[in-house]
Amino acid sequence: MGKGIWVFAEQDQGNVRKVTFEMLSEARKIADAKGEQLCAVCLGKDIVGLGDKFAPYGADKVYLVDHDLLGQYTTDAYAKALCDLITKEQPSIVLMGASVLGKDLAPKVAARIGAGLASDCIEIKMEGDSLCAKRPMYSGKAYAEITYQNADVMMASIRPNVLIASEPDASRSAEVENVTPEISAGDIKVSVVEVIKGDAGKVDLTEAEIIVSGGRGMKAAENYKMLEDLAEVIGATVGASRAAVDAGWRPVSDQVGQTGKVVSPNLYIACGISGAIQHYAGMGTSKVIVAINKDEEAPIFTKCDYGIVDDLFKVLPALTDEMKKLMAE
Amino acid sequence: MNSIVCLKQVPDTEAQIVVKPDASDVKLDGVKFVISPYDEFGIEEALVQKEKAGAGEVTLVCMGPDRCVEAIRTGLAMGADKAEHIDDPACEGSDAMATATVLAEQIKKMDYNLIFCGRQAIDDDQGQVGVALAELLGLPHASLVTKVEVAGDKVKVNRQIVGGEEVIEMPIPCVITAQKGLNEPRYASLPGIMKAKKKPLNPVKLADLGIDAGTVGAAGSKTKAANFSSPAQRTAAKLISGESAEEKAAGLAKALREEAKAI
Repeated sequence: MGKGIWVFAEQDQGNVRKVTFEMLSEARKIADAKGEQLCAVCLGKDIVGLGDKFAPYGADKVYLVDHDLLGQYTTDAYAKALCDLITKEQPSIVLMGASVLGKDLAPKVAARIGAGLASDCIEIKMEGDSLCAKRPMYSGKAYAEITYQNADVMMASIRPNVLIASEPDASRSAEVENVTPEISAGDIKVSVVEVIKGDAGKVDLTEAEIIVSGGRGMKAAENYKMLEDLAEVIGATVGASRAAVDAGWRPVSDQVGQTGKVVSPNLYIACGISGAIQHYAGMGTSKVIVAINKDEEAPIFTKCDYGIVDDLFKVLPALTDEMKKLMAE
Repeated sequence: MNSIVCLKQVPDTEAQIVVKPDASDVKLDGVKFVISPYDEFGIEEALVQKEKAGAGEVTLVCMGPDRCVEAIRTGLAMGADKAEHIDDPACEGSDAMATATVLAEQIKKMDYNLIFCGRQAIDDDQGQVGVALAELLGLPHASLVTKVEVAGDKVKVNRQIVGGEEVIEMPIPCVITAQKGLNEPRYASLPGIMKAKKKPLNPVKLADLGIDAGTVGAAGSKTKAANFSSPAQRTAAKLISGESAEEKAAGLAKALREEAKAI
């Protein structure tokens, strides 16, 4: 069994994803319990400026793995750089965010180094010598605790927005080690031809603090303008139910639910969504759930925090106005 | 174009999932099973690519108990040509990595250009098998794929990334994990269902693959799931009352700010 608790520090153009700080804060407790070092491992191109970002959240050591071929994410280059470093330093635990990138990279790394991996975990602790990671299964209809056996390295990917980042402590500092990975163009079998950006500045649903989501009750694609107006005022991302996506009103990437994205925001406002078990499976871990629906029999009212039974086409503009007033205070 | 599609049989999305009283697992008695929806996108795409190429075979590979035959026959009825069913009690309790190991040994014996997997199975939701399989076979992969275009010995795919999508190109053979949006899976036709009954469905044991039973299954896996629980039930909503929609909206805004502190 190796030494060290590692957190893969995901960054995009120099911006560190929040889940990194959430993981570091929680992993600090594990590092203290195990008496091991907590390390942040950051991969990218020209990331030298990120060395001081991780100590305030608990990192003792920071690996900055910098290479031209890590500027654009490819599974091959990232896996090579990370696996080589894991093989050299032999950490006991490696955590990654269960982001789109983390979900792609983690199984690749785990398969290569022979690690055990639990995906999309929502709680982590130690149980004896084993990491114990709680995670949803059956789209959140059940939870299970994963422990590890026969694994030199225990890996887990962590759902964003669930663990709580500690207040940064600016007085903490960490040793920074610059690593030059051995990657060559020949290691990368996949080439990125084109990157098509969606709405610039739109926070991904899986990372959003607030989601305003619309279902069948929205009646038409153009009515989502109302949700977008509200979202803009309160800093939310717009989501949709399967019914709305299947009707062609919203892109597939907006779908929340069992066959869409699983989200866990602070606030989820469901508009014209009945609350089918498959939808609930994708947003049931949200901290506060609000439903607006004219059908008082809609199942969503039996399992949410606040409800308004009324015509959403009247409620939404009024709610946007009220929120504007609140935000101006 | 020869494709392999890995498929898993899972409880239907409508199924109520109940935890066993001893918390060791969930109860699956009486549950309706289906092909995992993302695997259906994989089957459909393999069929589309075969049709476009005008030649080739689609082979299903499934690991799981006897009951999986129903899912395999459904896949054959959709149009797949044949199937390998790894049905060995020693596989029971395999985690995602152990599953990928078994599938990799099976696939090493086969002839293929493309391998399709669902982006995740909707029972354990691990989302590991497709990517791990690619690594174990030494192949490139693309995950969360929404479009596939074969051109000669390469394949160009669109895949979801944060805030958009990217187009990537890989050499064939390779592994593709299917995301919703890739296609609309066809339904099995009546003649398809009749034909499926006669299509080859080959049962496979671990010994056929040269796998030591102790390296997979519950004992050989690196992770183990236990202490199952049900999510905390939310209680019924606090309904915001008011004479008009405007009043209710004002009440909600106030509650979210002052009570829930969510805004």
